[in-house]
Amino acid sequence: MLELSIKGTKRYYGWLALLLGLAGVGFLVYLKQLDFGLGITGMNRDVSWGFYIANFTFLVGVAAGGVMVVLPYYLHDYKAYGKVTILGEFLAIASVVMCITFILVDLGQPMRVMNVLLYPTPNSVLFWDTVVLNGYLFLNLIIGWNVLEAERQGVHYQSWLKPLIYISIPWAVSIHTVTAFLYCGLPGRGFWLTAILAPRFLSSAFASGPALLILLCLVIRRVSNFDPGWKQIQSLAVTVAYAICINVFFLLCEVFVAFYSQIPEHMDHLKYLFVGLHGHGAYVPWMWTSMTLMVIGIILLVNPVTRKNELTLIAGCICVFFGCWIDKGMGMISGGFVPNPLHEINEYIPTLLEGLITIGVYALGFLVLTLLFKIAVSVKEEVGA
Amino acid sequence: MDTSRRRLLQLLGLSAAALSAPPVLDALAAAPPAAEPKIGTAKEALTAKQWAMVIDTRQFKKEDDVLPLIEACHKIHNVPKIDFKRWEIKWIWSTEYQHAFSGTASTRFLSEEVEHRPFLVLCNHCENPPCVRACPTKATFKRESDGIVMMDFHRCIGCRFCMAACPFGARSFNYRDPRPFIKETNQLFPTRMKGVVEKCNFCNERLAEGKLPACVEASDGKLKFGDLFDEKSEVRELIKTNYTIRRKVNLGTEPAVYYIV
Repeated sequence: MLELSIKGTKRYYGWLALLLGLAGVGFLVYLKQLDFGLGITGMNRDVSWGFYIANFTFLVGVAAGGVMVVLPYYLHDYKAYGKVTILGEFLAIASVVMCITFILVDLGQPMRVMNVLLYPTPNSVLFWDTVVLNGYLFLNLIIGWNVLEAERQGVHYQSWLKPLIYISIPWAVSIHTVTAFLYCGLPGRGFWLTAILAPRFLSSAFASGPALLILLCLVIRRVSNFDPGWKQIQSLAVTVAYAICINVFFLLCEVFVAFYSQIPEHMDHLKYLFVGLHGHGAYVPWMWTSMTLMVIGIILLVNPVTRKNELTLIAGCICVFFGCWIDKGMGMISGGFVPNPLHEINEYIPTLLEGLITIGVYALGFLVLTLLFKIAVSVKEEVGA
Repeated sequence: MDTSRRRLLQLLGLSAAALSAPPVLDALAAAPPAAEPKIGTAKEALTAKQWAMVIDTRQFKKEDDVLPLIEACHKIHNVPKIDFKRWEIKWIWSTEYQHAFSGTASTRFLSEEVEHRPFLVLCNHCENPPCVRACPTKATFKRESDGIVMMDFHRCIGCRFCMAACPFGARSFNYRDPRPFIKETNQLFPTRMKGVVEKCNFCNERLAEGKLPACVEASDGKLKFGDLFDEKSEVRELIKTNYTIRRKVNLGTEPAVYYIV
């Protein structure tokens, strides 16, 4: 099937070349980072995780979001999703590839990464994150590839895949739960120390993942002869609508607990993000942009008229996607680290160089995504689905 | 054609497995060396069940009083002096009461003297350290023999999970090569490379030679050091006879640095 990924139109090759170019630029800047150290980023003693980990966290959500098509199809026999399940699985693969790359570029000593396996440490959440992310990658690779191949041959997929498919469903939940546990189990970080962090991560995952999938389906409709189906897109849109509502609800729960209890250690981070603290407020415009985007997303996707209109559906999905990206990416990281444990404020602003590396990682992910989607779409065209 | 390619790949896979098997088998089957080398303890070494420090902050009036202590520590441990704030490395430093005890004690209406007194802060060598819990490679660990929270600079992968986990901001990361910023290198202590985390080690290298930590030695008795679980130790006597506070005890990490205010 692999050969399908390298047979395309000129436009397809052009897109691949663009992604390769961006990934190449990112790689060159990464060589610079490897040589100099993480000092080329804006990270510091107080904000010791930055843009890389922010994007990692967000993309774990996009990966987990794929389960929103896998679960109805395999568990509830929702036949319509037969057309898009493979897209959800392949999106998960590309997202996990980006997640793992982001972790690697964030390491101070990446050549020692195998120490995580040489000295396995079950009490470290990062150890478990390594396990679940790699597990999820392999599950989706095995399942997606074999099911697609079976479809191409016109046979039912192998029966041994069934248990793996069932395992992959809770596994998707686990990747984002474990990622939330990276943050919410740390004493002294009031912004993260909340039991609702994992549920909140999941709700934004089930909003942003399917929102991206809808946008990708609409692209596929334009550029190929395979139609993922308007009905499928509409079902996904309902999922996004519910999930983004729940996400905003969870966020408001956080705000209530912090501001009604009036415990400074919980309030100050939110204040820093939304109104600024002691004259520092680099993220205030970003956070309000995020809130506005999520609210517009809710309005456009909950209302059936705008949800069923392709143009407003696209706008709604874009709003949800970027609203979640800000909220769960930089908002989560910067909000957690500022103010620091000594209640001092050192703000973090990403540098141009770490921005270029980040774009490079995204380009790599979209390259993987493009190749995988090309295979999937070609197979679907072949069998005339 | 398709089958032959598959066959070829299978053969390649099998060959790779066959080639990599012997080293693995060797490693598993190798007999342990007859006598494991043992790490001994020098006769003069200082030992304890849990090392602890008591800082008599009343005796520090102004910044000049703490600088020699910080200097002594940073000098013997090859801690670089980098002026660019983002790359800063520090093992022990001083801060104001409101920052040292943020979330711990009342910081309002203090006497002018207490408000601006320099408070030394460093790794607390917690009895229940969250950084050790977080580390994915055991590069930071709590030494069982004396409770010191130590770092293996050669195992650290630089993920900085320990920095997020530490509620005292005690850890620094080498955002770049620190060596050009060390004025005089102490050849008896390792320098670090870029990409690893570091912090105060309670001078475990000095304790092994029977010496007190550098900051304690330089403090003229304002800092006391001893075994927390030895009833007769000086630190226990001080904790018993003075009112002491520790940073963020509500988090349950049990810091081993006590402050007399």
